[in-house]
Amino acid sequence: MPLVLNEEQRLLRDTAREFLAGNAPVAAMRKLRDERDALGYDALLWRKMAELGWASIILPEAYGGLDFGFLGLGVVMEECGRTLAASPLFASAAVGASALLLGGNSEQKAALLPQIAAGELTLALALEETHHHRPTHISTTAVPEGEGFVLNGGKTFVLDGHSADKLIVVARSSEDDRNAQGLTLLLVDRQTPGLSCQRTVMADSRNAANLRFDNVRVGADCLVGEAGQGWAILEPVLDRGRVALAAEMMGCALEAFERTVAYLKQREQFGVPIGSFQALQHRAAQMQADIELCRSVLLQALSAVDETPEQLPMLASLAKAKLNELVKRVTNEAVQMHGGIGVTDEMDIGFFLKRARVTMQVFGDTGFHKDRYATLCGY
Amino acid sequence: MQDLDEFRQEVRQWLEANCPPSQRQPITPPEQYWGGRRGSFPSEDARIWFERMRDRGWIAPDWPTRYGGGGLSDRESRVIKQEMQRIRARTPLYGIGLWMLGPALLEYGNEAQKQRHIRAIINGESRWAQGYSEPGAGSDLASLQCRAQDMGDHFLVNGSKIWTTAADKCDWIFCLVRTNTEVKKQEGISFLLIDMDDPGISTTPIALISGESEFCQTFFDNVKVPKENLVGELNKGWSVAKALLVHERKLMAEMGSDSPRKVVAPNEAARKYLEFDNGRITDAQLRSDLVDYNMQMHAIALTHFRTFEEKASGVRSAAPLAMKYLGTEAEKTKSELLLAIMGSRGLGWEGEGFTTEELDTLRLWAMSKAMTIAGGSSEIQLNVIAKSVLELPQQAEK
Repeated sequence: MPLVLNEEQRLLRDTAREFLAGNAPVAAMRKLRDERDALGYDALLWRKMAELGWASIILPEAYGGLDFGFLGLGVVMEECGRTLAASPLFASAAVGASALLLGGNSEQKAALLPQIAAGELTLALALEETHHHRPTHISTTAVPEGEGFVLNGGKTFVLDGHSADKLIVVARSSEDDRNAQGLTLLLVDRQTPGLSCQRTVMADSRNAANLRFDNVRVGADCLVGEAGQGWAILEPVLDRGRVALAAEMMGCALEAFERTVAYLKQREQFGVPIGSFQALQHRAAQMQADIELCRSVLLQALSAVDETPEQLPMLASLAKAKLNELVKRVTNEAVQMHGGIGVTDEMDIGFFLKRARVTMQVFGDTGFHKDRYATLCGY
Repeated sequence: MQDLDEFRQEVRQWLEANCPPSQRQPITPPEQYWGGRRGSFPSEDARIWFERMRDRGWIAPDWPTRYGGGGLSDRESRVIKQEMQRIRARTPLYGIGLWMLGPALLEYGNEAQKQRHIRAIINGESRWAQGYSEPGAGSDLASLQCRAQDMGDHFLVNGSKIWTTAADKCDWIFCLVRTNTEVKKQEGISFLLIDMDDPGISTTPIALISGESEFCQTFFDNVKVPKENLVGELNKGWSVAKALLVHERKLMAEMGSDSPRKVVAPNEAARKYLEFDNGRITDAQLRSDLVDYNMQMHAIALTHFRTFEEKASGVRSAAPLAMKYLGTEAEKTKSELLLAIMGSRGLGWEGEGFTTEELDTLRLWAMSKAMTIAGGSSEIQLNVIAKSVLELPQQAEK
């Protein structure tokens, strides 16, 4: 794995940067927030993204995909992180598409993947049940009934939960409610009777929802993978999601950092630019050093998805933990170094701070991934 | 890539056939061969191993063959390094001639200087010391005062240099000297090669907190240095100095990640000295510190790999400038972590009651404090990043 982007990937990055600057600048995200947009993202923007092939970026050509692999997805996610572009890219094109790719049967793939590739169908993963990421602590039940299942329980922090067409629901079909055995993945239409949805307004003004399942009945064709064997699909799907999100976090951190460094050069106090003060220079230089480490980790983790999946668990946890720490530090420093205007709503820098906090919780906080990495190291 | 795989096979076979088993063990300081007129081989096997590597051209695999190098590409050189690491082969020759002066001389030296010194370095015939810092010029290196007066056919050198590693055992010293006091400080510095046997040179070892004295202070009292020993142009030594510092910082950055020194790794130490319950370290703080360290080292190793790949494919990035800072800080963290893991067994200074490894760990802990100071302190490294990567405005210097 070369850890250097190739020509094609560099070109994709430049295209993405240009497209997002024109079509989804931070101002667009501010507008969605101010207008309390019902969908939570700009449907026209998503259509254009799909036309560029982003909805299908990891999908094989057989399903109408662009087949750029996870490095390609990472490049686009990173650029979206720079402008805080809201779209179903993460929930649907990264996580949802991965779940079907890894767990779907041939009928499901043939029917759904081309629609996902075209951006016509969006997915969301209904996983969390508590306020921390605990992917094996599942109490929602999927009880077999006739040919299908009956779902009961509640989900929280479901990204795009109120806007996605279909949900991939993680439910328990046997064993106790705190382990990886007995999990079942079910593909549920969001309009199914008994399923209720409450949109939640989060710090980042992006989409999340609480879901309630009251005797929701689904057919046998909704089963993704085998009943009770959901963990074998869910774990790699989560790792792919973590790595994709780490790429978005890199973009978020880089943009906040670059805006801050520019401000240090421009803002004058005591008759000199504040960037000439060593107290600020050293903190900025340390962040640059951390960015360099995170860049290598991110590239290695993205490559691992397609090339060395056996190394993915460790690299995904490394990437998520490192990027969690980076984005936290950089966004905090960005606000501090901007001084008073850093805490005003007028300045965009606060949006990076708030988006960072949400991404840090999605699919595992720093502690979760350090614990997992330590366990994988054997201590 | 296929050629590289074939080359790897070739290297593997050659090392298998030529590296004596005794030279595939972790090395302790007394077992290192540093060359030089006063140097001697720590063992017969060390001599055989050195001579075979020298004859194969692999002491300096990427240096030109006409000076005794291997004439290999960066990728091939790395294969040799990797294959040596794989069988834990010892480094056959140590020395800052090999690591620092040689590369700078190949870039800035004239033909006569290369002919005279490069092969001697590879052959282990000359051991070099570094004459950079002075008692009054540490982080502010360019303010150095050691003076070289132009006497027509030679320079007359007066002053002193500090932190001259093992200068009492060295044959030569490369020095930054002041040759012009009328100009901006960086523009009046020259780079001189000085024979340690020249009259007027004396050396005093400095006792360190580690209990060792590998650093010295070296004094120059009316030392006559031939004009031919000037590297690069007069008053242009600062460029040579900076190029050499790049090699020094790269070396220091990688010290922790690839030396087969006989030290305990934190993970092994944890298994030996900590309590486990159900496969987990019970001490939550130490477990957390250990995972932080392991993650940081994992990220650093990947970044070394990335910088190599970037260089090979002509991509510029800021990463190399951060590596000395990151690598030496991580070494310091490792030493602190080892002490914490070992508890009172990590505090033994000498004598009975402790294993050699335990005693070494403490000495290395003390030495690790020097690593974030030598070769440009961590603070200087951050200044460099702020200036050359972030292009932040500089404060007026006095």
